[in-house]
Amino acid sequence: MTTTDGPVAPRAPLARLAPFAPLAPLAPVRLPRSAMFVDAVVLARRNLIRIGRTPQLLFFATIQPIMFVLLFRYVFGGAIRIPGMSYVDYLIPGIIVQTVVFGATSTAVGLAEDMNNGIVDRFRSLPMARSAVLAGRTLADLIRNVLVVALMVIVGTLVGFRFHNGFLPALAAMGIALLLGYCLSWVFALIGLTASSPETAQLAGFLPIFPLVFASSVFTSIRSMPGWLQGFAKVQPITRAANSVRALTQGGPVATNVFWTLIWSAAILAVFAPLAVRQYRRG
Amino acid sequence: MIIDVDHVSKSFGPTRALVDVDLHVPAGTVQGLLGPNGAGKTTLVRILATLLQPDAGRTRVAGIDVGQDPNTVRSMIGLAGQYAAVDEALTGRENLVMVGRLYRLSSAEAKARASESLERLGLVDAADREVRTYSGGMRRRLDLGASLVGRPRVLILDEPTTGLDPRTRLDLWAFIRELVAGGTTVLLTTQYLEEADQLADHIVVIDRGSLIASGTSDELKTQLGSDVLEVEVAAGDLGRTVEALSGIGAGSSDVDADGGRVTIRTHEPVPDLMAAVRALDRGGIVPTDIGVRRPSLDDVFLSLTGHGADSEEPALADRSRS
Repeated sequence: MTTTDGPVAPRAPLARLAPFAPLAPLAPVRLPRSAMFVDAVVLARRNLIRIGRTPQLLFFATIQPIMFVLLFRYVFGGAIRIPGMSYVDYLIPGIIVQTVVFGATSTAVGLAEDMNNGIVDRFRSLPMARSAVLAGRTLADLIRNVLVVALMVIVGTLVGFRFHNGFLPALAAMGIALLLGYCLSWVFALIGLTASSPETAQLAGFLPIFPLVFASSVFTSIRSMPGWLQGFAKVQPITRAANSVRALTQGGPVATNVFWTLIWSAAILAVFAPLAVRQYRRG
Repeated sequence: MIIDVDHVSKSFGPTRALVDVDLHVPAGTVQGLLGPNGAGKTTLVRILATLLQPDAGRTRVAGIDVGQDPNTVRSMIGLAGQYAAVDEALTGRENLVMVGRLYRLSSAEAKARASESLERLGLVDAADREVRTYSGGMRRRLDLGASLVGRPRVLILDEPTTGLDPRTRLDLWAFIRELVAGGTTVLLTTQYLEEADQLADHIVVIDRGSLIASGTSDELKTQLGSDVLEVEVAAGDLGRTVEALSGIGAGSSDVDADGGRVTIRTHEPVPDLMAAVRALDRGGIVPTDIGVRRPSLDDVFLSLTGHGADSEEPALADRSRS
């Protein structure tokens, strides 16, 4: 590394500053119970600042679902018939789920970056809650997803999407999608911690996502798929979530799909959160 | 003793990174840790910084066991590394406030300490700029600042000036001296022998995972037991010079062909210098330079580790002739 230093501001004259004596406590330090939350919020804030300062990331994260909206609304949509519903009302709930799932992959990339540039070593050498690096990251990605979902609702409305089932169910629909996205973040946290580089993490994150998103009811009814694929498409979490959001925003029976979405989310979190935390402690 | 390392060993698979290392550092001093790349310096640093668990032995900071109560140790130490571990997308101030909060300071206290660190490190003007706009030297200073917001009892500096230009290095040295004057203990690893010579009260040399020497800079030089007679000649005269000087001094001579330099250890510097001048004169050789000097830490290091000719060792290859 070659380093050339620009003009250096003169350091403060010593006389003006008190001696820089150590102040760190010598008595044993116990982490307060609140450390888990305080530290997670401190790190979530850091990650949100990062997202805000890298607008190109947010741009690409939003431009991609917008392209999907336009593609399916105006190019393929004319060829897709959904009984009893306009295609745009069918499509946008699916796009919302697709968006939070793709958004969750950014957890993998962000964590892989931190692991690679040494800042995690600094975090590990601080008297902070061990879980906070992961909790802060997934919390920031959740908040980012809230923004992207809000944007997709606006874009959807512009191309003709409407809520037909009232305000509270619509809110519940967004909540269900964001919950699944949050739980999936822990899968991607594990991928990010295991990957050797951010690029690998990106790739490893997208591989499992594509079959799940496309073999689902996100873009079209699964009834048009071959029988063997229908079996998979019907039970997997993304179909369940897309159907839940659709029913909650457009009306229709809700219970089964919401129930299975919640079960899937809880199961994913229960399996992958401990695995990710264990990987973080070990690494 | 504020740092106690008792019989610590650590292996990575078949590689023995540390072998029965013992090190005790009194409070308020600078402990230098010297060694070639891969000698085990960073492993020891990572163990003291609670990032690694040793396989055997134990380490304590201010009497607190690093393995049993890592969080207390973490609140007492500051770590500044070779690779500046700061967040590029945050401003300098945001980085320091974040680290202050993670040292369990209140929001107001974290802000106050961040401002103080920025002022001390001459980063006030750049405080609210994103770190990605900083030069390498500024990043390094910010990294040091981040390790100071907890006002640590023990500051661990892992090759703090590697890759820095000389002026920034001198600046950091002055700053480290101020810290020590204020009562902070510093554990310093470095490849630059001059850095250890300048800053460290006490030095240990580590090689292949073991401590092979220990003492003050002067003690280590005295341990070598001799002064050094150095003769510089034109490249063409080198062979004849070695011949002419054979028999002078204690033991064999070292020849540096690139520098056209012959180095001889001597217990009797003045008579040996006069004998060398007479021998060169008889051979009709006119040296470009000749003199007797105290051994440098480089000489000590070379004689201890035998790694001197190792061209994979950049710090030694371009070592200064102090």
